[in-house]
Amino acid sequence: MRRLSGLAALSLIPVAVLGVFFVLPVAGMIAQGFWPEGEFDPLAVLEVLARPRVHRVLWFTVWSAAAGTAISVLLGLPAAQVLYRLDLPGRRAVRAVLLVPFVLPTVVVGVAFRQLLGEAGPLGILGLDQTAIAIVAGLVFFNVAVVIRVVGAAWESLDPRPAQAAATLGAAPWQVFRTVTLPALRPAIVSAGSVVFLFCATAFGIVLTLGGVRYSTVETEIYLLTTTVFDLEGAAALSVLQLAVVVVLLALTQRLRTVPDPTLERPRPTAHRPTRADVPSVVVTVLLLGFVAAPILTLVAGSLRVDGGWSLGNYRALDTSGQQQALLAPVTDALATSLRTAVDATWISLTMGLLVALIVTRRSLTRAERRLRGTLDGFFMLPLGVSAVTLGFGFLITLDQPPLDLRDSPMLVPIAQALVALPLVVRTIVPVLAGVDDRQRQAAASLGASPLRALLTVDLPVVWKPLLAAGGFAFAVSLGEFGATSFLARDEHPTLPVVIYQLLGHPGELNYGMALAGSVVLATTTALVVLAVERLRVPSVGAF
Amino acid sequence: MKSLLISVVALLVPLTACSVVGEQSDNPDQDGGTGGTVVLVTHESFKLPQRVERQFEDESGYDLQTRAAGDAGTLTTKLVLTKDNPTGDAAFGIDNTFASRAVDEGVFADLDVELPAGAEKYALDGDAADVLAPIDNGNVCVNVDQTWFASHDLQPPTSFEDLADPAYRGLFVTPSALSSSPGLAFLLATIAEYGDEWPDYWERLMANDTLVVDGWEDAYFGDFTQGGAHGSRPIVLSYDSSPAFTLADDGSSTTSALLDTCFRQVEYAGVLEGADNPAGARALIEFLLSDAVQRELPESMFVFPVVDGIKLPPAWEKHARQPDSPYRLAPAEIAANREAWLEEWRDIVTR
Amino acid sequence: MLSLRDVSVSYDGHRVVDEVSLDLPDGEVLAVLGPSGCGKSTLLRAIAGLEMLAGGSVAWDGADQVDVPTHRRGFALMFQDGQLFPHLTVGRNVGYALRLRRVPDSAGRVDELLEMVGLRGYADRLPGTLSGGERQRVALARSLAVEPRLLLLDEPLSALDAGLRERLAGELREILRTAGTTTLMVTHDHEEAFTVAERLAVMRNGEVVQQGAIDQVWRAPADPETALFLGYAHVLTGEAAAAVLAAAGRDSAPAVAIRRSALEVVAAGPLSGTVRSSRITPQQVRLEVDVDRVGVVNAVSPLDRHPGPGQRVELAVDATRLAVLGRGSAS
Repeated sequence: MRRLSGLAALSLIPVAVLGVFFVLPVAGMIAQGFWPEGEFDPLAVLEVLARPRVHRVLWFTVWSAAAGTAISVLLGLPAAQVLYRLDLPGRRAVRAVLLVPFVLPTVVVGVAFRQLLGEAGPLGILGLDQTAIAIVAGLVFFNVAVVIRVVGAAWESLDPRPAQAAATLGAAPWQVFRTVTLPALRPAIVSAGSVVFLFCATAFGIVLTLGGVRYSTVETEIYLLTTTVFDLEGAAALSVLQLAVVVVLLALTQRLRTVPDPTLERPRPTAHRPTRADVPSVVVTVLLLGFVAAPILTLVAGSLRVDGGWSLGNYRALDTSGQQQALLAPVTDALATSLRTAVDATWISLTMGLLVALIVTRRSLTRAERRLRGTLDGFFMLPLGVSAVTLGFGFLITLDQPPLDLRDSPMLVPIAQALVALPLVVRTIVPVLAGVDDRQRQAAASLGASPLRALLTVDLPVVWKPLLAAGGFAFAVSLGEFGATSFLARDEHPTLPVVIYQLLGHPGELNYGMALAGSVVLATTTALVVLAVERLRVPSVGAF
Repeated sequence: MKSLLISVVALLVPLTACSVVGEQSDNPDQDGGTGGTVVLVTHESFKLPQRVERQFEDESGYDLQTRAAGDAGTLTTKLVLTKDNPTGDAAFGIDNTFASRAVDEGVFADLDVELPAGAEKYALDGDAADVLAPIDNGNVCVNVDQTWFASHDLQPPTSFEDLADPAYRGLFVTPSALSSSPGLAFLLATIAEYGDEWPDYWERLMANDTLVVDGWEDAYFGDFTQGGAHGSRPIVLSYDSSPAFTLADDGSSTTSALLDTCFRQVEYAGVLEGADNPAGARALIEFLLSDAVQRELPESMFVFPVVDGIKLPPAWEKHARQPDSPYRLAPAEIAANREAWLEEWRDIVTR
Repeated sequence: MLSLRDVSVSYDGHRVVDEVSLDLPDGEVLAVLGPSGCGKSTLLRAIAGLEMLAGGSVAWDGADQVDVPTHRRGFALMFQDGQLFPHLTVGRNVGYALRLRRVPDSAGRVDELLEMVGLRGYADRLPGTLSGGERQRVALARSLAVEPRLLLLDEPLSALDAGLRERLAGELREILRTAGTTTLMVTHDHEEAFTVAERLAVMRNGEVVQQGAIDQVWRAPADPETALFLGYAHVLTGEAAAAVLAAAGRDSAPAVAIRRSALEVVAAGPLSGTVRSSRITPQQVRLEVDVDRVGVVNAVSPLDRHPGPGQRVELAVDATRLAVLGRGSAS
């Protein structure tokens, strides 16, 4: 009992933060739908679920997310092998570049994609613009890096001996892969796949931009119902549906996710020079790299075009207010605001993430305790699966009374961004802490170290690098976050993605060029942060 | 261990010093006026030069704070959801397509502000006129790329009918009425023109290979031949002011707006019911109607003033012409039918 | 003095340690001996405060320790694989607990401890560069640094290879005697237990089946399974037991455990049988003999006598190499 109360005390802060800034707002918004005009009317909500349109939307959401996940996994697997197991020059830089789209604002990616796929673009002949294929391609573009990092990290630390044993027993390379490597990678693939599925199923901007009017997902439908049609019952029904799907998915992956036995010391394989057998993987990786790089290069090229010639004019204009004052704040100011916001979002998500990770990785003595920790673990993944619209409006209607009168707090944006980054932080730190042999902590305790001291002795030395790395991710996610940010009230200090959006909101070639230049600046900043993270060489970074 | 802790702390201290929390305390905007604070709730497109905001603060003695987020639809939803405990004193940016809902929900208090000359013709009908003051207006019009038509030896279209004419097949791109405010305005314009026959018109439009994309920026920058990415379609749905932004080297505009295809959007401001500072809100709305703000509207927000006698910027004077009789629909009619229209429209364009 | 009363530990409803009661007087070394999975490590961890008790009490000098957290018990636990902190040098590992207590001049004490475990000059090495035996010595020095009230050893030598294990066991005994530390060690290796400990508790299926001074337990195992676990080669019953006991000149008993070397080939002896197989080792010849009235058992013969399979031999019984079961186990 004493242990359980200790667990409860430790989890108080993150649970309270998530309760106030997630559960309360989302519940408030859903309640708006269940209590229209102040009277409980669940039937109206149930009727929404019976609409054929809702079925179509749900079907497309699940279908496109599943396709996006499957393709991300199929392309990500060979790339993970090449980038984590082969000794190739520049693989660290490539790993960093592949992460750029993951944190790029969707507005910008949408424009870049359509420049390629649109009727006038180099790939316009394929007729993919405004199709489901374009949406799936966009989802893959954003999420393939997650698969590569998660599976790559697992692959990098895979014991090579079973594969060697299989080879000596006469297994061909593909048989070794199918019978030994793939089963060993399964937990990593499953957890990467589930996170990618969540990201895909809640994608917003990319679906709207690439899919046009033809396709809706649950997420875009909630936006439409809330802001255009004012159908709060419908939005509530879809939000509940979304939450239910997410909870089921989290429960499933919770079971499939296994933590490697920390008491076993495994030899770490070293990267080897590519051989003939690696050619297919290398080819797939090069193609994937081209696929990811093409929109980014389009963006860079576009940002350097002024009046039909090459120029840095768009970049020089970044510290002005745009053509005929399209902007209140110059892009440079917005970048400063973004960086400041990202600092806050980072320390909030790191503090919360570290606490959560500590709580869920402590050794459980009873089944009830283990279940409690498992539930907490899943609880903190939930922000991944809830619409930013629901959360944003929820803030407004629930955090409006003292002592929680926080609607106008400047911390609201960083807190919302921290919630978005939190699952990523938790999934980065948890495997590391779970990999620490608990007997290390016990040894410290038996030598007289208090729990805090044992934490400093045993956990801090292994976790500080992943913690910094997770901080880099949180920072980058916050830099690129647009959905939640654009919903929250703020004063005259917009973030960079918001300013890019503003620039794209008005005609004028310079505004457009500046939007592209601003995006390149954002992408570069992000890439630098990710590269700095890579330099820390934490194998388990992003290991979901 | 100790050195590690120290370095972590040393790393965190400067970081927090440049965080948002640290930033807020030394914001010069926070310690300006003497008569209290006025909070303006608005959408993302609201912008005024800082000197104009200063002018308001100096003249009125109020401290102005703006809370801008989302688009007009988001703003309306926000105001309705928070009507019992508003997030500010005044609201700006509700347009005539959303006005009815906000007014019917009782979001606004009595305005009691006298409209300057010219503004009254933009006022809403009925009770809504008592709570909302028009601040700016603009028209959503079909724009054409004159240079494209000149080089293709084709007469540019002039009417809705032309857009469905096979001669202009595959040349028109418009944003979605579901997710874009100008897209909705265009749909409303066709409804105003064709009445109950509008679905038939849209079927012909779609049969003529019209491209419907998500947002105005996708259409204009992505697909329009005069947009940034140099797309392939020379006819785009945009604004009456857009031609002022596509100037060639000789000072002429490469595009023009078709003035027979326009739908008028008027943006309104009002005092929020339950505001902490209604007097300040009124002062702010009077200021928005003053020449100081009205003459800034074209360059700051890309819209026309509602007050008579305001001098427009030279490029606007020359290229941004306003239609004489744009299409209009009563806000109440829009509010009553929006969902059904959108549902039907979506069926047609996704067929 | 450590007193355990009816200590029980459960995992998910399954009893792993079942009502164990033990007493360990100050300065003594007790070995808990049992096969793997018998619950002995869990018992050790419960004493350290790392497992919750399902029942019973752990007391030190009469003071109940159940609510005392691990780090305040003053019981140092040394793990099977040492669990050195990999990022700290040997010196800092050994001095860890000293620094926790802000002991002045910990460096001198660390040198002293390293000297004691035979690792002088290792203070600046990292654990990753040490051999398994060296790591265990460092772990031992680290555990002894603050002179714990009780030292808990969890299979301290079993991760090491046979030769090293034998040598270290002797050293461990000397170090513990010198330091005078009250010690509870768990092991599955009876040789290790005999070398290091003075007292023995045999555990099976979560229960202590026998305990007492080491020679007492040795001479009178409580039951056949205990006897086999203590290294006896066979447990004979009935007529076979009677025949062997008679040959040894002892009173008859229902069961007797015999060592591998209890029966020796002699020119003329009370027992006779047929050799089934034979194998030469450096010290003696090891035989399997089908002894009349007893059955197939192990036997030895001196190196100068080497009977082959099928040959008839006579055997004598060494009374010191057998134990009558079920007597004198109460202690």
